Amino acid sequence: MGLDEIFTASVFASAIRLATPYIFAALGETFAQRSGVLNLGVDGMMLMGAFTGFYAVHVAQVGAVMSEPASLILGLAVALIVGALMGLAMAFVSVTLKAKQGISGIGVYLFGLGLSELLFQEWVGTPKSVSGFPRIEFPLLTDLPIIGEIFFNHNLLVYVAFALVPISAYVLNNTTFGLMIRAVGQNPEAADAMGVNVARVRYATTTIGGMLAGLAGASLSIALINLFQQNLTAGQGFIAVALVYFGGWRPWTVAAGAMLFSFVNALQLQIKVIGADIPSEFAVMAPYVITIIALVFATKRHEQPTALTKPYERGE
Amino acid sequence: MKKTWAMGLLVLFVMSGAVSLAQDEVFRIAALMPSATNDLAFSQSMYDALVAIEEELGAEAFEFTVQDSTFIVDDAAVALRDWAASGDFQLVIAHGSQYGPIVEELAVEFTDVSFAWGTRQDTFGLDNVYSYAAASDEGGYFNGVLAAHLTETGVVGLVGPIEVGDGKLYADGFANGVASVDEDIVVNIVFIGSFSDVPLATEAAETHIANGADILTGTAQMVVGPIAVAVANDVLWFGSDASQDELSEDIGVAFQIYKWEVLLLDMIANIKEGVLGGEYYKLTLANEGLVMEYDKDFELSEELMAIADETIAGIVSGDIVPIPEMMEEESGE
Amino acid sequence: MKTWHTNRRCQYSWGRASVSPLRGYRHTGYKGIVILNKATGFSQSALAGRLNRLIDFAPVLIALLLALIVASVLLVALNANPLEAYDFMLKGAVGSENATAETLVKATPILFVGIGITIAFRGGMINIGGEGQMIAGALAGVTIALVLGEARVPAEMAKAPGAFDLIIVACSLLGGFLVGALYGGLAGFLKAYFDVNEILSTIMLNQIAVQMMNFLLNGILLDPAEAGFNNIPKTARLVSAAQLPRLSLPIGDPYLFARTRLHWGLIIAIVLAVVIYIFLWRTSWGYRIRAVGENQRASSYAGINVRRQMMFSMFLAGGFAGLAGVVQVLGLQYRLQTDGSPAGFTGAAGFNGIVAALFGGLNPIGAIPAAAFFGGLLVGAQKMQRELGVPASLITAVNGLIVVFVVSSEIFILQRSKRRVSLQETPENLDEAQGTS
Repeated sequence: MGLDEIFTASVFASAIRLATPYIFAALGETFAQRSGVLNLGVDGMMLMGAFTGFYAVHVAQVGAVMSEPASLILGLAVALIVGALMGLAMAFVSVTLKAKQGISGIGVYLFGLGLSELLFQEWVGTPKSVSGFPRIEFPLLTDLPIIGEIFFNHNLLVYVAFALVPISAYVLNNTTFGLMIRAVGQNPEAADAMGVNVARVRYATTTIGGMLAGLAGASLSIALINLFQQNLTAGQGFIAVALVYFGGWRPWTVAAGAMLFSFVNALQLQIKVIGADIPSEFAVMAPYVITIIALVFATKRHEQPTALTKPYERGE
Repeated sequence: MKKTWAMGLLVLFVMSGAVSLAQDEVFRIAALMPSATNDLAFSQSMYDALVAIEEELGAEAFEFTVQDSTFIVDDAAVALRDWAASGDFQLVIAHGSQYGPIVEELAVEFTDVSFAWGTRQDTFGLDNVYSYAAASDEGGYFNGVLAAHLTETGVVGLVGPIEVGDGKLYADGFANGVASVDEDIVVNIVFIGSFSDVPLATEAAETHIANGADILTGTAQMVVGPIAVAVANDVLWFGSDASQDELSEDIGVAFQIYKWEVLLLDMIANIKEGVLGGEYYKLTLANEGLVMEYDKDFELSEELMAIADETIAGIVSGDIVPIPEMMEEESGE
Repeated sequence: MKTWHTNRRCQYSWGRASVSPLRGYRHTGYKGIVILNKATGFSQSALAGRLNRLIDFAPVLIALLLALIVASVLLVALNANPLEAYDFMLKGAVGSENATAETLVKATPILFVGIGITIAFRGGMINIGGEGQMIAGALAGVTIALVLGEARVPAEMAKAPGAFDLIIVACSLLGGFLVGALYGGLAGFLKAYFDVNEILSTIMLNQIAVQMMNFLLNGILLDPAEAGFNNIPKTARLVSAAQLPRLSLPIGDPYLFARTRLHWGLIIAIVLAVVIYIFLWRTSWGYRIRAVGENQRASSYAGINVRRQMMFSMFLAGGFAGLAGVVQVLGLQYRLQTDGSPAGFTGAAGFNGIVAALFGGLNPIGAIPAAAFFGGLLVGAQKMQRELGVPASLITAVNGLIVVFVVSSEIFILQRSKRRVSLQETPENLDEAQGTS
């Protein structure tokens, strides 16, 4: 088989779709970690966002109480709100109550995993599909060969995810809010001395992280897959946390990591479909191996935020 | 002498009493399942079967209890032991081949409880263990034949979990079914390495379509993703394990349904007669434990319907062997 | 419960424990208690000490209670009686000989992993790779047990009960430890020499280990009896000589636990917990690991080879997770098998071990009751699910709630002990006093 059979336009398009939830979730986690909060509960938040967003759309569409676009906007709003609430809860636990973040995150994950499944079983039952965000037809652009298939054949949330990358980078690097986030994550004592409310900044970033995790979940349940099932995310939230470390807490490199991981995943599917004779287990493990190898050879200049996982104690 | 007679009578009396008691008793089954009872796949098929039996025998004569989502083998061991030791259940079902070693251990210890486990052909030589399996290659073959007739692009795609057990059986049967119609049709098979990774299964289905597939099929609970992809792209879907009719809208063609109640009812009758195990059951099209169900939203042409009936008849009569290698293996045992 | 709580108290009593939730514990175990008591004067009154301990424990109890109240609301919503539910939970965890045994069986791998996680976290390494390291260890251990079992035991004896062969079992345990250790050490190596974050690498290595297990169990390790067309991934059953014996206590007749699945793995784990406690706080090796965990730069100035310590703590952590894996095989399942997912083999012990280690105050001894508590919680919850027919997902959600609530309650203990310490004069060289010996 030739390289042109492996590196097809559809593989690139596939990678972009696969990367979407990772980008949402990992960007949110980047905000949280830059301010010093490790949120290991991302996967639980994604699941809750995925379920509640799906459920809102499902109810609205079955009851035919509103137009389809309106139902999707409702679903997004619900996922954002639920994500924000979970983010707030995480912030309360790790900022106000100063609980150990690794462990409380695992608790939040288990809670989200269990509750989303419970509500799904009680309120929906068996998997049902909804009409999710449709693929956008761009005049002229979508019909372009190769380029059209790769870039102009996706649903709205895919573009939102990628648009968030420069926005996040700008917010973190060029705004006062971003400066406060970095200061709080790097040297909370100094930030506090300069009049920055450490707790408030961390509440804000963790809530943003929760909202983006909710969006990540919704991007699966009402845009890419258009249904919900138990443990829909299959651990993507944990990979997203790993990608934040991969990307050295910088939105661009975090997104690049998500793309690399997703691209190898898309590639291994393509290689199996066209019938390469490799054991499927090795194909499945490829994205993980290559992510590690990539990081071994990458030059790393980024330091972890000094105050990561450390609750701030005033006047200590 | 008189004493012996009296003793004998007493024993007879007690025995007959016990027998009549046993007949009056409610038959209770406890069943353990690896995934959720509403997974539209393996676990749901067993749950549906138990519900069907309850309807048939009546709630006053039959009760069942279920623990689902127990894919962890050690947790399964706790549940199975608890049920076996309680003495409340005449039959304990371990619905997953990974539970086999536990069943083997418990069956030796609790000889008066009957165990059933599947899908596997092994009763461990114990007379209180039933084992069961489904000839999912038969449904796979059938679906493959229909798919071969329905494909226009000459490419069909399959999304499977891991390359073992029922999933592999179905995949190989499906590929052989397609090949029996036209060797030139390409069957692309992807095992994604997980039973539950819906996002990856979804993207695997997208990859199939990008590579020209106009028909999709697959097994295990993560196929809900591929079904949604099939609906979105308007390509046909063939399913297995349980009916996915509702989810597949108008693109579902046929589903292979496991009717475990066929063999469970037989087991129940046996147990009531005191035969606690030692037998191996297999759901087949021939014994109607496997049923091919057509999606009500999809209409097959008369010509195809004839081919479908012919295929089923062929498999039932043994003229068609979905996987020839397996025949050799089974007869060799 | 008591031991656990004692440790918790002492852990937070330094008043500076909040420096880092994962790395900076000032806690030092039993020796710490003595010093603290001298410092605060509480040892003078045993009654006051006991009272304080009780009050310290109150927030945890209140947290548990709150979690149970929220769970009760969910239960009521599902038409189940909460009191009945908790009764079943308790019965399922400790209500009978078998229930207690199953709780301990569940706790055993959690404890092994917890000990390893304790070492890693003490050394400043956040090891999320317990699952993968368990699998790596189990793969090695089962291979050795199978090969040696065939080589050393004549076929006619192979299935004889009680044919325990110390050499086979010892080699398997050692092999499992070593390979788990190498797998964990790999993450340490990548961190030390290539600056690859260990959270990232261990999460990725978990997935790689699972696929490797699926590959090997489908290939060279596949049970010969399974070979053929439609196999399931599992190894052959170990000969009885290669199995860890079941454990019973000489109380009553038949002996206590004689008819349960309790096995010697539990004893091994408890003994090793004590050994690692001594290792961490009574040897210079342990001191160096903790020093690096507390402050890398200072350790480096003090002449400690920081890279080597990173690798060493991950090596040990992986080794203990590896032991957890091989003990599951040798003591419980007698073969390695999988449904293709990591938890299918590990029972998620690789993750639960993290929680147990943190609940145990990052002290190997504290991990013992913490592991038992989680074992009981998981086993009891299952019973409740079976008896009441509530969905398994409820248990997962409640489990999460308990973790969040309990971990959140610690601030109240912390605040109290701070107030207490601030009343007294704290020796300035407290850290040195506890650390160096």
